[in-house]
Amino acid sequence: MDFQLSEEQVLLRDTTRDVLSRAYDPESRLQVVNTDLGWSRDVWNQLAEIGILGLGFDEDAGGQIEIQVVLTEIGRRLAPEPVVHAALGPGALIAEVGTAAQRSVLDEVAAGERLLAFAHSEPGMRLSTTEVTTKAAREGDSWVLSGRKNPVLAGDCADTLVVSAALPDGGTGLFLVDAAAARRQPYRTFDGLRGAQIDLERVAAEPLGEPIDASTAIDAAQVRVTAALSAEALGAMEEALRLTAEYLTQRKQFGVTLSKFQTLTQRAADMYVSLELARSMALYAAMSIADGNLDPAIASRAKLQIGRSGRHISQEAIQLHGGIGVTDEYPVGHYAARLTAIEHTLGSSQDHLHVLVGQLGDYEVVTV
Amino acid sequence: MQLALTPEEADFRDELRTFYRNQIPAEIRERTRTASEANRDDIVATQKILNDHGLAVPNWPVEWGGKDWTPTQQQIWLDEMQLASVPEPLTFNTNMVGPVIAEFGSQTLKERFLAPTAALDIWWCQGFSEPEAGSDLASLRMTAVRDGDTYLVNGQKTWTTLGQYADWIFCLVRTDPAAPKKQAGISFLLIEMNTPGITLRPIRLVDGSYEVNEVFFEDVRVPADQLVGEENQGWTYAKFLLGNERNGIAQVGRTKLRLAEIKELASAKGLLGDPLFAARLAEAENDILALELTQMRVASGSEGGKPNPASSVLKLRGSQLQQLATELLVEVAGPDALPFDAGGGISTLEWAQHSAPRYLNYRKTSIYGGSNEVQRTIIASTILGL
Repeated sequence: MDFQLSEEQVLLRDTTRDVLSRAYDPESRLQVVNTDLGWSRDVWNQLAEIGILGLGFDEDAGGQIEIQVVLTEIGRRLAPEPVVHAALGPGALIAEVGTAAQRSVLDEVAAGERLLAFAHSEPGMRLSTTEVTTKAAREGDSWVLSGRKNPVLAGDCADTLVVSAALPDGGTGLFLVDAAAARRQPYRTFDGLRGAQIDLERVAAEPLGEPIDASTAIDAAQVRVTAALSAEALGAMEEALRLTAEYLTQRKQFGVTLSKFQTLTQRAADMYVSLELARSMALYAAMSIADGNLDPAIASRAKLQIGRSGRHISQEAIQLHGGIGVTDEYPVGHYAARLTAIEHTLGSSQDHLHVLVGQLGDYEVVTV
Repeated sequence: MQLALTPEEADFRDELRTFYRNQIPAEIRERTRTASEANRDDIVATQKILNDHGLAVPNWPVEWGGKDWTPTQQQIWLDEMQLASVPEPLTFNTNMVGPVIAEFGSQTLKERFLAPTAALDIWWCQGFSEPEAGSDLASLRMTAVRDGDTYLVNGQKTWTTLGQYADWIFCLVRTDPAAPKKQAGISFLLIEMNTPGITLRPIRLVDGSYEVNEVFFEDVRVPADQLVGEENQGWTYAKFLLGNERNGIAQVGRTKLRLAEIKELASAKGLLGDPLFAARLAEAENDILALELTQMRVASGSEGGKPNPASSVLKLRGSQLQQLATELLVEVAGPDALPFDAGGGISTLEWAQHSAPRYLNYRKTSIYGGSNEVQRTIIASTILGL
């Protein structure tokens, strides 16, 4: 049992933190978020140079602990670059089930030259499931897909889509689709990031690997992305609490700093408890994956705690700040927005609690 | 980073798991699993077995019976003990006064007290709290006035847990009422409970149980060689003790067992199919898992022996979850929670009869060992800089 980062991991953390804190302060972040793209190509290239956009594709280049470390920094700065949704998440799917030729695009992804998106979620889908209504059909030697995917995070800017679709003989397959061939309606998400609805009407598609059921790979991908989002949420919570504690020591009312009021400091202490519980579960998710254990129940456990802690910390961070906490100018509300968005990506706390309730009778004593 | 135990740690765990289940009598473990009150004889018998095998005081210095284990090994030792429903060594002896004597006591005091303290030949109780000194412990008033070779002690202690079984009490006493700071005039004194002038009065708790006492001291003469360390340095020793007191206070292993027991009973009553109850239980399980992982992080990060301020998180959250487990059990019992001490002749089972009293009794866990408000203050000041 060891919870220490290696020297290389510490270096990766510090380098990422350095790049992102040079790129973004709250004001410059807002400017970038308000551009059409919503994030910075320049920062994207820097992340590619550090090797971040290829994490997880090649185990030698780093695995889930490295992803954990990097995403925590992204959460801390609220960096808007779609590292998970445009690179790591769909990239890992291609790495796992793609043919050698298909895997070769991963070099472009890692270099920051090609953007991906995983078009899986469909209207009405709550928790990640492998059952989809988008249909794959064979037309001669080729395949076409028809259906609607929404929300597709990073679907607005993707060059290549990884699309899940029901196979004619049952099961859910994965396909590569040229994003330009699909009809997409891009939008902003409420936390300032980007997504799109993607409509496919007999759009040409290439099976990712063999045209066979890929449910296991889809589940595994969702487990990895859930862990990565948990890490991002952790960074956001850490910064939201840091901002709150700092504010309490600076803001004066009734002639004294807010830190003199126990009604506030006691609540800040409870936020710290929530943060540490979230950290434990985020690490649990990442370390399990690093050990080769992709049990979706562990992802559910992490996501439940992250959701509870994220809600608590974001609500209290705003309340302890007062009115400034709900302004656009001050960052704490944006942390709350991002944490809320993560809560509703890949299943909410309630959705994951459903999963855990369903397994309650399968064991006696709950164990790590 | 590595979640799994190392092969050595796994072997260590397996050895202890086997030891606890084979060496501690099954009837003691069963009574511990189901009982709501501490059983004196079971605690003594168990600590003697542990001590005979060198397992009673692993946290002490090696020359006095300690093991020089890593914090992770210490945690495994405790977790496995709780999972096997083994009564823990008496905390007043092993986590409180023993380490203080070993760290600050004279060689004479160590030789006189440490071996019988480890073996539980002396049952210690804690004389810290007073009627006017609870969370504000440094306001304590009990006086000890030096008079030749003795101290003359007058005052009152309260909330003295299991004082009815105690042979000795370790007390914080005021030796310098004129000290510039109230913390500066306090000393740490060891007193035999049968010394003339000491009276013990039980405090009955809301659940009808008897586990705490008031202790009155009236012109009690205490030999001066029972002072630990230096006069007026007692506050330093007390802070050291309170840091250790939070060891194991999260009770993760026991709460996990309680939740498993709740699940079994709920299942028998058909309550596991109730989505509202099942959601509460599943969430409680997740909460205890998050706490367990936090405890693992604190243990593996505290190499070097320094108390980690994150241990306040363990106390705070651990007490909340212990309380939550008692609350869920009352929910399982439902109307069967109402009969109390009615015996086995009625349809209400014993566990149900004890569920509500235990729920009420366990409100204590967020109050003792530094109330949760005190823990929050520690977190706010030492970690958040507030």
